[in-house]
Amino acid sequence: MMRTHSFHGGIHPPENKHQSTRSPIADAGIPPQLIVPLSQHIGAPAAPVVRAGERVLKGQVIAEPQGLVSVPVHAPSSGTVVAVEDRLVPHISGHTAPCIVIDTDGRDEWIAHQGTPDYRALDKEALLARIRNAGIAGMGGAGFPSAVKLAVRDDVTIDTLIINGTECEPYITADDMLMRERAAEIITGARILAYLVKPGETLIGVEDNKPESIQALRDALDGDDIRIVVFPTKYPSGGEKQLIEILTGKQVPSGGLPADVGVVCQNVGSAVAVYEAIIEGKPLISRVTTVTGESVSEPQNFEVLIGTPMAYLLAKAGYQSAKNNRLIMGGPMMGFTVPDPTVPIIKTTNCLLAPTEAELPTPPPAQACIRCGLCANACPVSLLPQQLFWFAQGKEYEKLEAHNLFDCIECGACSYVCPSNIPLVQYYRASKAEILQQRRDHAKAEHSRQRFEARLERLEREEEEKAAKRAARKQAAEARAREDAGGGGSDDPIQAAIERAKAKKAAQQSGTDAGTANPLEALEKAVVSAQKRLDTANDKLAQAQADGSDLVAALTTGVEKTRAKLATAQDALQAYRPQADDTGVAATATPADAAQLAIEKALAARNAEAQLSPSEKARASLANLEQRLQKSRDKLAQSQAAGDEPKIVEALEATVERLTEKVEAARKQLHTTESA
Amino acid sequence: MLRITSPHAHGPLSTQRVMQTVLLATLPGVVVLTAFFGFGTLVNILWGSLVAVALEALALKLRGRPVGFYLKDCSALVTAFLLCIALPPYSPWWLIAVGIASAILLGKHFYGGLGYNPFNPAMVGYVILLISFPLQMTSWAPPRGVGEVPGLLEALQACFLPATYDGTTMATPLDVLRQNNSLLMEDLWAQSPVFGRWAGIGWEWVNIAFLAGGLWLLQQRIFTWHAPVAMLASLALLAAIFYDGGSSASGGSPLFHLLSGATMFGAFFIITDPVSSAVSVRGRLIYGALIGVLIYVIRVRGNYPDAVAFAVLIMNFAAPFIDYYTQPRTYGHKRAGRED
Repeated sequence: MMRTHSFHGGIHPPENKHQSTRSPIADAGIPPQLIVPLSQHIGAPAAPVVRAGERVLKGQVIAEPQGLVSVPVHAPSSGTVVAVEDRLVPHISGHTAPCIVIDTDGRDEWIAHQGTPDYRALDKEALLARIRNAGIAGMGGAGFPSAVKLAVRDDVTIDTLIINGTECEPYITADDMLMRERAAEIITGARILAYLVKPGETLIGVEDNKPESIQALRDALDGDDIRIVVFPTKYPSGGEKQLIEILTGKQVPSGGLPADVGVVCQNVGSAVAVYEAIIEGKPLISRVTTVTGESVSEPQNFEVLIGTPMAYLLAKAGYQSAKNNRLIMGGPMMGFTVPDPTVPIIKTTNCLLAPTEAELPTPPPAQACIRCGLCANACPVSLLPQQLFWFAQGKEYEKLEAHNLFDCIECGACSYVCPSNIPLVQYYRASKAEILQQRRDHAKAEHSRQRFEARLERLEREEEEKAAKRAARKQAAEARAREDAGGGGSDDPIQAAIERAKAKKAAQQSGTDAGTANPLEALEKAVVSAQKRLDTANDKLAQAQADGSDLVAALTTGVEKTRAKLATAQDALQAYRPQADDTGVAATATPADAAQLAIEKALAARNAEAQLSPSEKARASLANLEQRLQKSRDKLAQSQAAGDEPKIVEALEATVERLTEKVEAARKQLHTTESA
Repeated sequence: MLRITSPHAHGPLSTQRVMQTVLLATLPGVVVLTAFFGFGTLVNILWGSLVAVALEALALKLRGRPVGFYLKDCSALVTAFLLCIALPPYSPWWLIAVGIASAILLGKHFYGGLGYNPFNPAMVGYVILLISFPLQMTSWAPPRGVGEVPGLLEALQACFLPATYDGTTMATPLDVLRQNNSLLMEDLWAQSPVFGRWAGIGWEWVNIAFLAGGLWLLQQRIFTWHAPVAMLASLALLAAIFYDGGSSASGGSPLFHLLSGATMFGAFFIITDPVSSAVSVRGRLIYGALIGVLIYVIRVRGNYPDAVAFAVLIMNFAAPFIDYYTQPRTYGHKRAGRED
């Protein structure tokens, strides 16, 4: 006999197990319809790979795992997929979830599958892949994907592999019957698991209230590589953490995993599923489920296909719904009520409990807590439930956390012993949910805050960069202006031209002020200077075109403008000369009249323009732009035809592009003004 | 169909049953008290219970609580029984009524009712009476075999027509011992008529009877052994240390202290009140042990007939503090998880 340890607290509720162990495990058969939920495990739901109307074979993958912590789902029998839709599922929340609905054809036709009788022929990765591909998730209740649990890192040493055959919860006998009838498979399954995690020792833990199971396991065990450990019955010995303490004396650190203390724990049902997956090549498509309670006339265990509606299974056990006050999936301590008997059996459905009102009465209203401390004595994790209750009532979340609320395993022992009928576990569940929600909200708020601050910082940085650029540009311009003044060449002809123009205008102004005595001279000077500027601009344009500079377009416009100015200056000069001649020498009047006419025409045009409505103005500018665009295009075409340097062509192309954009903008402008 | 979350099963214990079991467990003590001191205690209990239930109902009604539902928990009856057992037999009706009112209203409902009272309500009532009416509260009738024991009619008369009743009273063994400063224990035992085999005549059997009731409660798992055993052990230990071989300055033998006054009654019926005591196992050991120390000190050095009530009230103050420092170590944690 191996020395076992005990854990704090625990209770001894009436076992009520004998009712369902009187007959062997029965085959529940094939129901007309199977409803297979995509999420029967902890982790990401599987993604369907079949569509309505598709025929599926027994064992065929109908949904693929998503991500690491996930398992596939298989068709439990052959038939036709009739829907992939949300259905009511057995979950504590009573919500709907995606399911694949299969109308069975009764032929139960298997997909091709092959087992590997000698599992040692496979390496660790291959075994893990098979376990995962067989859709095995913890069958004791939580449904954690087994392959994830078994994928022990190489640097972690596992001292103990525990096969959990405790089944401490009242009423449930699924594991008990499995051990009685399929002990050899459990042993082989345990050996496969041991081959995977390479533990120092392999233990099968069974409570002493299952003598038949213990005997069956002992009979099936043909070696000394596995030990069957029997320990006194106490609820909740079957809790993973409690069982680890019982068998090894170690406690899993709070918030940690069994592997942290060198332990891996698997349920006997999972061991059988692993056996079937590896040795027989069958995926997890059925399980043993206890149907019990005083509302069924023949309480017993069934081998039932996953997806079988509960109502179908209940009917097999002689269910009298009129007597039933609540339908529980799981046991009376940790099970939850299912919303409706149409929900399906899933991989974690170890028991359907259909009690009568006399059997599990409706809880009476809670009385005052008299701090009797029975709950603290019963708590298997040594919490102070009455303190937690006090804090939960006052919503003192920090105190709840300081009193280790999150170490509560929700076994229900405290509620069970409470003489005042206080639903303690419900308070804890609600508080946990509220704290988790608060944490999420807090994280969200924190995230938003960080994002907001980052944005402010970015805007500030951008603003600074802009300012710096502006300053740099200004500085460069000033430097160039100085250089120009010193007669040096310039990188920025426009800037330089502007500077020069400004300087000249200033000079001209002073010139006209000073030299009003001779306006003719001034006009002549203007013509000469305009001519000069036109020449310079033309030179620059040619230079830019040769360089392929971006400035070609701007320079072209500059040249045109200068040319226009020169024309104006010449006109003005011409208009002045006859006046001068009138006063002095009588000269030819016609050109002067022509100039006058031109001036008048220009003035009229300007006046007309001033009187234009916004839409007309816009239209005019659009027309102007279109003209310019056409011109640019022609130039580009010419240039291309002439086989100019690519740089020039590119520059012209850029001009065309820019003008196209401008035309586009002008069109939009026109559109808005017209619609306005 | 019911839609509730786990657990669905519930144990057989209810608060009502706890209270009723406690009431039942007082019976041996009450019977022995009646046998030695007459019907006084019984009349106390009857009258006290009546007043307690009436006041409880009134308080519940005033506080807008369902009267029937809360009366069912029998906590008011338990308070009445405990206070009336502690009061001297043949107490006048008004004394009992004032005591019960103090216990039920001041000791319990003023704090929010059952479960919220920081002090043991019965002891609150007792101490208020002791301070307010010291004469009445220190008048104990002599036990059978020492003096005259009144009959049932006289007991009723003493209670309801106190002005017309003229009963005899006598110093209790604890008083006698405390006031002694000249005689050796042996001589005191020989000279004073109040002493019996181990302690006072009658008192020793009363204590044994309450011990029996208390052991039954332990067997019924109404409370754990920690606080009573710790209290009796520390009281006995201090008595043993200061026994002084039975000199005239002796504080009395351990057995004398264990079987005198309200020792056993206090150990099993008063300090085990869950509401006002410490909760954790270690906490209850400390709580009980310190009560034992206080009882001894107040008995021997103080000026009151007994010390249980004061000791309990003082430790009631300390219970939350003790709980704070005796939190158990939660599974998977390295240290006991205090709020740090």
